[in-house]
Amino acid sequence: MGLMDFFKKKNSGEVAKDRIKLLLISDRANCSPDIMENIKADIIKVISKYMEIDTEGLDIQITQTESEGSNGNVPALCANIPILEMHNGAPKKEKSN
Amino acid sequence: MEVLSVMHYKEYGGTNMSEVIVVTSGKGGVGKTTTSANVGTGLAKLGKKVVLIDTDIGLRNLDVVMGLENRIVYNLVDVVEGNCRVKQALIKDKRLSENLFLLPSAQTRDKTSVSPEQMKELIGKLREEFDYIILDCPAGIEQGFKNAIAGADRALVVTTPEVSAIRDADRIIGLLEAAEIRRSDLIVNRLRVDMVKRGDMMSIDDVVEILSIPLIGAVPDDENIVVSTNQGEPLVGNDTLAGQAYMNICHRITGIEVPYLDLESRKGLFKKLGNMFKKN
Repeated sequence: MGLMDFFKKKNSGEVAKDRIKLLLISDRANCSPDIMENIKADIIKVISKYMEIDTEGLDIQITQTESEGSNGNVPALCANIPILEMHNGAPKKEKSN
Repeated sequence: MEVLSVMHYKEYGGTNMSEVIVVTSGKGGVGKTTTSANVGTGLAKLGKKVVLIDTDIGLRNLDVVMGLENRIVYNLVDVVEGNCRVKQALIKDKRLSENLFLLPSAQTRDKTSVSPEQMKELIGKLREEFDYIILDCPAGIEQGFKNAIAGADRALVVTTPEVSAIRDADRIIGLLEAAEIRRSDLIVNRLRVDMVKRGDMMSIDDVVEILSIPLIGAVPDDENIVVSTNQGEPLVGNDTLAGQAYMNICHRITGIEVPYLDLESRKGLFKKLGNMFKKN
């Protein structure tokens, strides 16, 4: 194990804390597939006002992401929404997070 | 060990009415029965009149932890079904004169033998006699859990600093809120200070932050628990770390603020003990 690995390695206590926090977000939100579908439908409704999106390719899930602050990883709702065309301006095809 | 400053334990109530406390956790094997035995015994040692009820029908254990397994004649189901009077089923713990009684569970029946309404009725009768009614809840969130919380005023939620136990505790806290239990306090059990120090275990603060209910005490992972369970004598109040931690919890249940135990060192424990008695 190199010196860098040593510094990078997280204590198992921190790993546990990150895992339980993430777990409880989905548990508490009672994130059943039903609720996730509802969130998805609402996102589509709002985004569609501004741009044409690929509703089939839309994907949302709860993941972990690096916090801006010092407290390591935090849970985040990640939506991957493929844009087909902007309503205003030049047509674009890109993926955004 | 950092001193917990986040949660100040406030005196609750102040009436002479009896209080019904359910000891619950969701996950099995985190120390509900040990906690029930020690909290019940500790409150009796503080001069309160206490009855412990084992609500885990089919998996009777509290009698063994209390060392009263040889004295069972009638059980909870007998009482509920009217096969005997309540008093006949109560086993007196002779070590605590007239202060501590156990109502054992039935070993050969299942959880559907008792209903939440029957539990409420039984508790109503016991309230007239006792200061504290402690209900040892079975693991899980099914009928047994519903029976145990039916007549409860407040809850002690037991967890260990592990992902699985905390997850289940969170679920239980949600269900207790839904059942309108007026307060739930957290006991962090089996804490290993050496592991917390080296970063391999979540700290008390971590667990409190995650579950966000008031902490009423932390109990170290202490070999003496095994010894006391072997002997059938709850260790609450003796000079072991766990014994002190449980006694502190009992004081806090009665509404007396006591400082959090320094779980790190065993040195000067007698000195600390002395200080504690001065305060009370």
